[in-house]
Amino acid sequence: MDFVTQHPVLVVSLAKIVGLMFLLMTTLAYLSWFERKVIAHIQSRWGPYYVGVHGLLQPLADGVKFLFKEDLTPPGADRFVYILAPMLALTLAMTTIALIPFGPPTVQWLGQSTLIVADSSIGLMFVFAITSMGVYGVALAGWSSNSKYPLLGGLRSSAQMISYEVALTLAVVGVVLLSGTLNFNAMIESQRGYYYYFIPRWNVVPQIVGFLCYFLSAIAETNRAPFDLPEGETELVGGFHTEYSSFKFAMFFMAEYANMITVSCLATILFFGGWLSPFPDSWTVMRYLPPAGLLALAVYLAYDTVVLARGIYRIQLIVVTIGALVIGLACLHPVVLTVLQGPFWFLLKVGLIMFFYVWTRATLPRMRYDQLMSFGWKFLLPVSLANLMITALVKVWPLLVNHG
Amino acid sequence: MTLPFIVFFVCAFLAVLGALTLILAREPIHSALALILVMVSLAVLYLLLGAEFIAAVQVIVYAGAIMVLFVFVIMLLNAGIEERTDFSKLAKYAGLLLGMFLILFLAHWMAHSLIGQQVASGVAGTNVSVATRDLSHQLFQTYLFPFEATSILILIAILGALVLAKKDE
Repeated sequence: MDFVTQHPVLVVSLAKIVGLMFLLMTTLAYLSWFERKVIAHIQSRWGPYYVGVHGLLQPLADGVKFLFKEDLTPPGADRFVYILAPMLALTLAMTTIALIPFGPPTVQWLGQSTLIVADSSIGLMFVFAITSMGVYGVALAGWSSNSKYPLLGGLRSSAQMISYEVALTLAVVGVVLLSGTLNFNAMIESQRGYYYYFIPRWNVVPQIVGFLCYFLSAIAETNRAPFDLPEGETELVGGFHTEYSSFKFAMFFMAEYANMITVSCLATILFFGGWLSPFPDSWTVMRYLPPAGLLALAVYLAYDTVVLARGIYRIQLIVVTIGALVIGLACLHPVVLTVLQGPFWFLLKVGLIMFFYVWTRATLPRMRYDQLMSFGWKFLLPVSLANLMITALVKVWPLLVNHG
Repeated sequence: MTLPFIVFFVCAFLAVLGALTLILAREPIHSALALILVMVSLAVLYLLLGAEFIAAVQVIVYAGAIMVLFVFVIMLLNAGIEERTDFSKLAKYAGLLLGMFLILFLAHWMAHSLIGQQVASGVAGTNVSVATRDLSHQLFQTYLFPFEATSILILIAILGALVLAKKDE
């Protein structure tokens, strides 16, 4: 106990890192389930259904499958870079989560704010610094495989990511101008309040153009459909990860999901008020939304157990139902309820943006490469530049008028 | 041995290792990777000195943009393994001598300059964090003219590259 009191920063940081890693790994695994399920329902299918109830154990089965597959290295591949590439991709993708605030800094343990690992004064810059390195994972994977399709995929992705990074960064500068800071928590605080007493004062209202530019370039930046040309199956077999198998392939997969989470978190912080609730503080009923949601889920699951499920699924459902019930009741405790408010709204918003991501993938066909490039340079870049200039003008206008 | 001290030595070692690999590696991509290692290690050193903004810019501009272009061009041209030529004797001996002189000169300057003394005595560096706002005030008010002149210089360089790369009709 002495050690804990003597080194609070070290202990709390390590605890936060371990907890976040555990949660992130689980989320990454279950995102594949989420994506398959959503796309399946959009296409009138069931999706994963047989491994566990509603296919909930599918990520576990996939993980075991990836671990036990043969790990191939193509002849003539640059072994060092070939192994480095997936590690680089995953590590960089996961590092950015450390800068994301999941709740207000007032939630503290041993004098350290608990819901963010690294509260940097220029968090936004660091996120961009780390994501700008992310292209190496893909480019080096394509180069080191010693195979022509991965090389083409790697080249495409480097060109695409450099091009769209410009529009991505410019789209965000408008928000920085409005809030006047690069610190995430301060940015979120600057979005507190309401227009006309009920529309939240989130940046998405004045910066709707900026948000659309950001979201479109973010899809391209994370190599997702309809901009997933680096892995266009119809032209490049599998793109940059054609030669990768087993767990190295799984690492690329996880890196893609981690990048999706990062850009969704960033969109939530910059444009949708981060961990702020959309309802005024005076609506105290809304504080009970997280436990109410969980208890409603438990009731639905109980109905499912009694009426629909059969055999082994019924036993699994009973376990899940009791789990939801216990967590829902635990959330009613006042301390837990207070701590939970920030993360609940934050994760809900991130989840909605992730849903949009998957929705886009299920709806839109892939773009052609020249269309992609001209869209990025000739449309997104000018629009985000114009947005930036107008924002700057609106921000400086009062000063100009007062001087003249 | 405090934590910043350990981080400094690890990053300094990595930077030197990267610089040596950059020169000695025969595969162009390995050289590029080594240069990225140098850039990132330097960024961590800036961070240790309390210059968060400079560290982030270092990574974004050098490691994230310029080196990506390097790697892209190396991949695009499919550059093979370098062929080594015989080193010239003059470069070998004169280079060694001049290198030693440079190190001695830098060491002398660091030991006697104000900044060097501050760093050595631990005054500078720890807990001195330059606010981004102050930095931008310096850049856009005090040093506005040099800043704009630099941007025009870069623009001229880009135009020069365009003119050189343009094919004759």
